[in-house]
Amino acid sequence: MKQDKLTVAVHKLTSCSGCQLSFINQGPDLLNLLEHVTFTHFIEAGLYDPDKDVDIALVEGSVSTDEDLTRLQKIREHSQSLITIGACATSGGVQALRNLADKEAWKRSVYPHPEFIETLRDSTPVTQHVKVDFELWGCPVTQTQVTHLMQQLSAGVLPKDDAEKVCMACKRQQNVCVMVTQQAPCLGPVVRTGCGALCPSFGKACYGCFGPSEQPNCTSLSNRFAGFGLVPADIAQRFAGIHSQSKPFLQQIRHWDEISVKEVE
Amino acid sequence: MKKGRKINLKVPFITRLEGEGALELSAKGNKIEALHLKIFEPPRLFERFLQGKSYQDVPDLSARICGICPMAYQLTSILAMEQLFDVSLPKPLVDLRKLMNMGEWLQSHSLHIHFLAMPDFYGFDSALQMASSHGEMLKRGMQIQEAGNTLMRLLGGRSVHPVGLQVGGFSALPTPEAWDNARCQVNEAIPSAIGLLKWTSELDLPDFSHDFVSVSLKGDTAYPINGGDIVSSDGLRIRSEHYTDHFKEHQVRHSTAFYSLLDGKDYLVGPLARMNHNFDVLPENIRQVARQLGIEFPSQNMFSSIQARALECLWSLFAAQQILQFECPKGEANVPYDIRSGECSFSTEAPRGLIFHRYEIDDTGKIDACCIIPPTSQNQARIEQDLQYSVSKYGLDKSDIELKLFCEQLIRNYDPCISCSTHFLDFTMHRG
Repeated sequence: MKQDKLTVAVHKLTSCSGCQLSFINQGPDLLNLLEHVTFTHFIEAGLYDPDKDVDIALVEGSVSTDEDLTRLQKIREHSQSLITIGACATSGGVQALRNLADKEAWKRSVYPHPEFIETLRDSTPVTQHVKVDFELWGCPVTQTQVTHLMQQLSAGVLPKDDAEKVCMACKRQQNVCVMVTQQAPCLGPVVRTGCGALCPSFGKACYGCFGPSEQPNCTSLSNRFAGFGLVPADIAQRFAGIHSQSKPFLQQIRHWDEISVKEVE
Repeated sequence: MKKGRKINLKVPFITRLEGEGALELSAKGNKIEALHLKIFEPPRLFERFLQGKSYQDVPDLSARICGICPMAYQLTSILAMEQLFDVSLPKPLVDLRKLMNMGEWLQSHSLHIHFLAMPDFYGFDSALQMASSHGEMLKRGMQIQEAGNTLMRLLGGRSVHPVGLQVGGFSALPTPEAWDNARCQVNEAIPSAIGLLKWTSELDLPDFSHDFVSVSLKGDTAYPINGGDIVSSDGLRIRSEHYTDHFKEHQVRHSTAFYSLLDGKDYLVGPLARMNHNFDVLPENIRQVARQLGIEFPSQNMFSSIQARALECLWSLFAAQQILQFECPKGEANVPYDIRSGECSFSTEAPRGLIFHRYEIDDTGKIDACCIIPPTSQNQARIEQDLQYSVSKYGLDKSDIELKLFCEQLIRNYDPCISCSTHFLDFTMHRG
């Protein structure tokens, strides 16, 4: 066990702030956490010291501008371990949907003066640019994940990566399977757990907040969706959500987008 | 201070805002020459990537605009679509929606008051440094915040990017155990909210009152949250589908958030604007508590927005209590409907103010076009005007550090939700 308090910096790149909220939205547990951890940089909580050397840098958000990239490189230089928190940082986030499209046309459609807007072509995960020591998946990451992470880090180790499927958690909770009973296009069989099978417990199909699970058999699942009567474009859309840039999901999007459907006269 | 002294002040970040942005101030002697609130948000192009998506996917995706007020985005889109599809919900479901709204207000307001604003009053950089000296006060805030989170979890499974809302109602109704737990938490938080309001009434708030227009929804009989007409303090009263006839957005070079103007002028949205228009429809007992503490609205002093927030916390808990005192609703969680093509729009009150959504939907339920106007882009022009007025009144002869702290506090009064539209707040002062 380390004697000194861990020094932690919380950084934000392109994101919604929902993951860093898990620190200041956790109630009295935060006060306990502060006994083991010293935050040195955490802009939303009022601490600004981005270039101080720290034990742990937690990075929320994707790299979508030059500035994001410069900041990220500095963060890496100043931290012993760099941990990404959330979907944006680990796979590019919803904003990475633009990677699939004609970016300039998209910008023109939202901004009357697209020339004022400076962005990189794609929104990319942190790991594409610097070494990442651990990735915490989820959109958003949960309190349980963050608490466990901080406990493990305080003990001087990284947590074990849990990439089990949503289906497993769902079965243990004895939810009624929405895919079997409603033919709902649930992503549970290929998505990693962490949310506690939230959507199925609400009777709704999982839409993949936590990214691909271990050994995801997306092809079989997609074929099953086709069996339910989903047209190829809709199957592609199922995967084009929160984690569209993760490899197994991107593969499905490309595959099903290429299949055109002809109406029979 | 000598007139015409050249000073360049550069302070890199204004902290304790939700998201990050920049402020640039140039002054010569005692005259402000230029003042820009620079909102730099790497664009995420939500309005574009929602095109082609099914209307059912919109709430899950639009929630990701903001981690602090996701539900406001979800519900506004759903209410717009329900209007188009001609869906009307039974009262218990309408109440549950309101309950969830109040959960988000509680969570967001409490976060703002305790983590973003409170350190200003005690001379700290961060609430995280106040744990040992002001632990009890933080715990009181966390209790209110947690009551809000509990309401969000009750109906949406989680407080950030909840999953329960859908067109036609909810995906599932709460369990009786969770319902009873929420009732207990809400009941227990009420004395804390009264304590919080009392604390705001005892603050030595600066007075920088000046003329500005407030815009919010107006409730005729009850405090508005997700319905009603849009009103302005200079006499406008419109239904939300006419929003774009009066409110116009434009883009400027220094910001990736659009500026929004009402008939060419800046205006305020948010808790203070709501209170200014609706204090008289608060329940008598809530108004009584406020008056006893010397808190009264309307107010033209932005520094009193913290009181408006605390009072809305108390009202939210009280209104939640009214709903939760009954049995946990049973029966169908949603009503059936048919998809229709067409155009629809709706406005609700997000924690930080009026939010407007407009969609064009085709006959298969796919989104053809959409427009989402968050509260912060509406407040942007107002914040700049307030800075112009208040900084001059405060005095440009003040030291750079005093000016910086003053500007920061002034901006925090608006609780700008910069992730909805921004990146970092970076303060630059040029004096010439």
